[in-house]
This record gives sequence, structure tokens and C-alpha cells, in this order.
Amino acid sequence: MKKSLAFALVSALLLGSASAQNVTLTVAAFPSLDSAIKAILPAWNKLHPNITIKLQAQEYADHHNAMTTALATGQGLPDVMAIEIGFVSKFAEGQGLEDLNKAPYNATQYKKLFTPFTIGQATSADKRFIAMPTDIGPGTFFYRKDVLDKAGVNPLTMQTSWESFIAAGKKIKAKTGASLINTAASINNVIIRTNLKAGEGIYFDDKNNLLVGPDNARFVRAFTLSKEVRDAGLDAKIGEWSNEWYDAFKKGTVATQFSGAWLQGALQNWMAPDTKGLWRVQNLPEKGFASWGGSFYAIPSKAVNKQWAWEFIKFMTLDQGSQITAFKDNGAFPALLAAQKDKAFSEAVPFLGGQQARILWRDAASKTQPIDVNKYDSVAEQILQTELTNVLEQGKDIKAALTDARAQIARRAR
Amino acid sequence: MSDRATPSPALPRRVPWSYDRFQQRFAPYIFTSPFFILFAIFALFPLIFSLYLAFHLWNPLDGLGNWKFVGWENFQLALGAPDLFWVALKHTVWIGLLSGVPQHLVALPLAFVINQALRRWQSSISTVLFLPYITNAVAITIVFGMLYSEHLGLLNYLLHQIGLGPVRWLAVPQLVPYSVAAVVFWRYVGWNVILYLSGLQAISEDVYEAATVDGANNWQKFWYITLPLLRPMMFYAFTLTIVGNMQLFEEPFIMTGQGGGSGGAALTSAMHIYNTAFRDLDMGYASAMSWLLFLAIFVLSMVNNYVFNRGGGSES
Repeated sequence: MKKSLAFALVSALLLGSASAQNVTLTVAAFPSLDSAIKAILPAWNKLHPNITIKLQAQEYADHHNAMTTALATGQGLPDVMAIEIGFVSKFAEGQGLEDLNKAPYNATQYKKLFTPFTIGQATSADKRFIAMPTDIGPGTFFYRKDVLDKAGVNPLTMQTSWESFIAAGKKIKAKTGASLINTAASINNVIIRTNLKAGEGIYFDDKNNLLVGPDNARFVRAFTLSKEVRDAGLDAKIGEWSNEWYDAFKKGTVATQFSGAWLQGALQNWMAPDTKGLWRVQNLPEKGFASWGGSFYAIPSKAVNKQWAWEFIKFMTLDQGSQITAFKDNGAFPALLAAQKDKAFSEAVPFLGGQQARILWRDAASKTQPIDVNKYDSVAEQILQTELTNVLEQGKDIKAALTDARAQIARRAR
Repeated sequence: MSDRATPSPALPRRVPWSYDRFQQRFAPYIFTSPFFILFAIFALFPLIFSLYLAFHLWNPLDGLGNWKFVGWENFQLALGAPDLFWVALKHTVWIGLLSGVPQHLVALPLAFVINQALRRWQSSISTVLFLPYITNAVAITIVFGMLYSEHLGLLNYLLHQIGLGPVRWLAVPQLVPYSVAAVVFWRYVGWNVILYLSGLQAISEDVYEAATVDGANNWQKFWYITLPLLRPMMFYAFTLTIVGNMQLFEEPFIMTGQGGGSGGAALTSAMHIYNTAFRDLDMGYASAMSWLLFLAIFVLSMVNNYVFNRGGGSES
């Protein structure tokens, strides 16, 4: 509260006369960020009674499509634009958003206040910083303690290497009948985005060189281990966000799941509330740390009220109270380092059997390396996924699949 | 304007302005203008704009005007050997055949039977058959998704009852086209029945009576009277199926997701174009593929036209 007050004073001083007039600020967001904004609004209104926030909330895909169109035409842009991690690198490469490094924003001074890897995610190839991070999704390893206990598997052994992860999976399958994981492709997804060398992105390096190919050990290993899991019959062959997926969570027919920390909230609230206490989390295998989601706020260059948009963004991202409110509202993990030190973070999580999971996640977030993003990431991802399915479902040779993937991505990345 | 029958030599310029004259002259244009305005905005403009974009490299996030001329590069990219455009086109044609051919093989005889034997129930049968066509595609697809569900689906439950399965309808790449095609078939077969029924009803009873007098059986009537006289309607129905199936989007998109499901087996051309434009933000390449798809549809329609017109001069 004290901080908010200080903030208000500073803002008022900076803005001077501007605060006297009435302004309507449009903020475009998607769930569950809209819910966080609503929760924070009372605090904002107290500070800035003249600045009315008009929230335009749309579903995730609709929101980003609408923002793409708005940026393309320069029409219908909000003052503040929320962007999810899946779109932030693409939006960064476009020219429609304000560079926050520059005056009057001078956001360089705030960068050290955030979880480090988020800054790279919001920075374009030509070093423009286009969005302030608000929440992050530390990648984590969920497992069913009851299933592992029944199989006599020590979860820590599953963490040491992918080979021991698979070995444990065989034991689980034999003893309990439960699958190791929802789909073999999950293994690939974790391996390709963890333990990257410096200067490497997932698919491209920082010099725009394509990394996918039969000569890259990371991709060969990801494909090989995925296939090993599939061939051993250890995966349930279930896609994420399907009814089967939720059903597997409820029944415990799948023993582990790699995801963002936010999955805990979803499991607890609607996916499998009855499994309370049966879940635990630990870090990803082979000391892999990965970002698994996150949201940002940006200002379109053609926004009307840039000054207030910036004030609003600062209030959402730099104010500890706002970040904690969002965290309590829907479990949005704060990007602001100071907010991660709140005492709420050391509380035991009953759904995870009283584990102090948030400390683990905070730790994982601090160890996550910034990954170089490329505007052709989504093209590469789709092509690689298709080739992986060819390997898993049709027995295509791994080297051949990666060679084909390489050729296809190279053609599209121009 | 100059009507020889009108004797009046008066030049229009001399006549003083009158509302009567004004409305007589311009009212028709004003009344029809909404269509032309809407057509210009929503059909003509996108058409020309996409043709323009097809020769440019444009990321929409760079804003209007920030495009780069690349000549035929987008077309070369799409037509190059290993491009996904070909893969998607192949899927589209395959799913199109799997759903389109059975549609007509079922719809035509069904319409014939309804027309011949079930006249009394015709309207209620038509309504039932037409229902899928007017039902929301999203609702249909979600329901089918539940039928196809691997562990919870009705189909696999039934298979389980007879000791089979479970079959992964939407996960095995080879199976996915069939699963999607079944939905498309189910959705449009009724529409084709209605088309054929209206075609059948246009055939004069006299012809059938004459055939009956000559001792023709039902099969002969179908083969020698119905089919030839139904030709124009068949041409129309085939054309609609070709155009519709080549632009297939909703069913595979909702059932298998944006990427076309397992191995992208249900990734149709329209989906690939959508993904390229709105996920990969490569508007030029997407526009070029749209025009290539248009070309493909045009060629197929022409082939259809040729097949139907060949030797078809005898009637009419």
C-alpha cells in the first residue's frame, strides 16, 4: 500500500496538469489476464479517479487475431495491448508497437526488476523492447505421487536423466498399468527447449541460422527418446486440452505431465479437483529449465493516450500490490521479482500435498535462460511437429524426418 | 437513351430539374447501390488486394504500405516441390473425394426412391435430411468429436461391445481423412438429396408413364430417363461439391485443430492458407496460395463442365 501511494505521488508529479482531465483508456486483454485487470482496477481507480479503464476482453485466439488486424491497418488499436508469449516475438518483429527503451518510457531502468528471461522474450532482433512482462509460466514436472508410490518409483530418479525417466516409466507401466505421459511428443517438446547453448534459440540461433537438422544432437535426441517412449507403449497417445486429457488427470491413468506452473490452478479449479493432495511437482529432467507461458503489456504506436497507457502498464507490472492481486486472483505467477518474495510464496500448496511449490517455481524461473526468439519459430514448430508425428505414427526414419524438416523450414524462413 | 419511337426531340438539358425526373432516372441506381457498395468493399476490394499482396512480402504487423515487391517468389515458393501447399492440396482432394463421391452415390438413388415410393413422407424426410446442412458446423463437429473420442467415444464403446478397438479415429494419420470425410458426407448428403429431388420433380410424369406403357422396369426408368434428364442438376450439384470441398475448412479445423491433427493429415488448403496468413503472418505467400487454390478449383470445375457437356448435346 505504501508503495502504491508513493507511486501515485510520483505519477501525479510527473503528469501534473494532465491528471485533471477525464481520460478513457482502452485496454485489450484475454482470459485470464482480464480477470486480473478487473481485480486490480479498484486500486487503480482509487489512485486515478479521472482515468476510466475500458476493458476489451476477447478469447485468446480472437484477441490476438484482432490485434494483428488492428496493427496491420492502424485502426481500432487499444491504448494498452496485452500479448501472450505465443505472439510476443511476432509482435516484436512488427513495427506497430512503441519501443519502451526510448524516451519518454525509458524502460531500460526497470528491466532488472523482472525475471531475466522475460526481457529477451519482449525484445526484437534489432533490440527494441516492446512490452513489459506481467506474468510468467515456469516450466515444471507434475507427477502423481500415489501412482509412483504404488510402482515403487522414486521421483528423484526420474529427474536425473531422460533415460532414467523412461526406465521409471516402464516400471510404472508394469506395476500399475498407468501410462508414463500423455503423449510421446511431450518429451520432444521439453528436450528441444531446455539446456540450449548460449546464443541458441529453439529452432534458430541469434544469427538466424537454422538449427533443426539430422546433425543437431538436441533434435536427434528429442526424436529418438520420443520414439523410444512410443515404441515401449509408455504414452497414452492423448492430445492436450482434450476430454481424454482431463479424464486421465481425474483417473490417474497418466503418471506425469510437463507444463507451466499454472497447470496447478487449472487442475485444482476444474480439470481434476478431486485429485487434491495426490500431485507433486519437481524440476524438469536433466536440470532443464523452461518458460511455459507468460503475458505482456505493450503500447501501440498509434495509441491515443500513450502517457496514461504507460502509467497503467507500470501500475500493472511494477507495482507489487497489483502483481500480488493478480497472483491471488488467478494464480498468475508474477514477473516482478520483488512480488515473488511475498510471503504468499512460501505458503504450502494443499493441492500439491502441502508442498512449498512456489519456492521451487521461483527458483526454476530464476534459472531459466533467455531463449533467442525468431519470427519463424511458429513455422518451424509446425513443420517439426508434423515430422515428429511421421516418425511416431508411420515409422519414418529420424534422420530423414529431420532432413525433410530442415529443408521445409529453410524454404519458408526468408 | 435515344429511343427512335419517341418523337420528342427535347434535349434533357433544357428540362428544368424536377424530383420526378430525378427519381425516374436515378432511383434504380440508388436502390441497387447497397449491393454494389457492399460488393465493392467485401468482394472486389479483397480480391484485388489479395492479388496485389500475392506479389509482395508483407507481415501485417508492419502496417499497411510496408510491403516489399517480390515478383513471382510467393508462387515459386508454393509450387516448389516439397512445399506444404502440395501436401495440403493432396489432403484436400483426398478428403474431398472421400466425402464427395459417396455423397452423390447415396444422394441420387435416395432422392429417386423418395420421389418414387415415399412421396407421402417426402416433406418430413426432406426436413430431416436437410437438418445437418443448416446446423452450425461447430456444434456438429464437437458432437462428432465426442463420437470419435478414443476412450470416451460412442463409436469405440460400440466396438468394445463386440470385442474390438479402441480405434484412434482422430489420431492415426491414415484414418483421420476418413473420419473428417464422414462428417462432411453426413453434413451435405441431405443438401444433395434436396437438389436431386427438385430435379426429379421437374421431370414430367408423362415420360415415366410412356415408359411404363412400353414395359420399362424401375431400373430402366432410372437409367434411361432419370439420369439423362437429371444431367443439368447433377452438373450443378457436382460443381457445388467440388467448390465446397476444395475450400473445406471448418470441419477439419475444429475436429483436428489448427495444425490438421496427427501428422497434419487433415490440413486442408484453406487451413494452410489461414495458418500462413494469421499464425505465420506471411500475407503474400497466403495470398499467392489463395489464387493457386482458386486456379485449382477453376480447372476442376472446367473438367466437370467438359465431362458433362461431352456428348450431352442430344438432349436440351
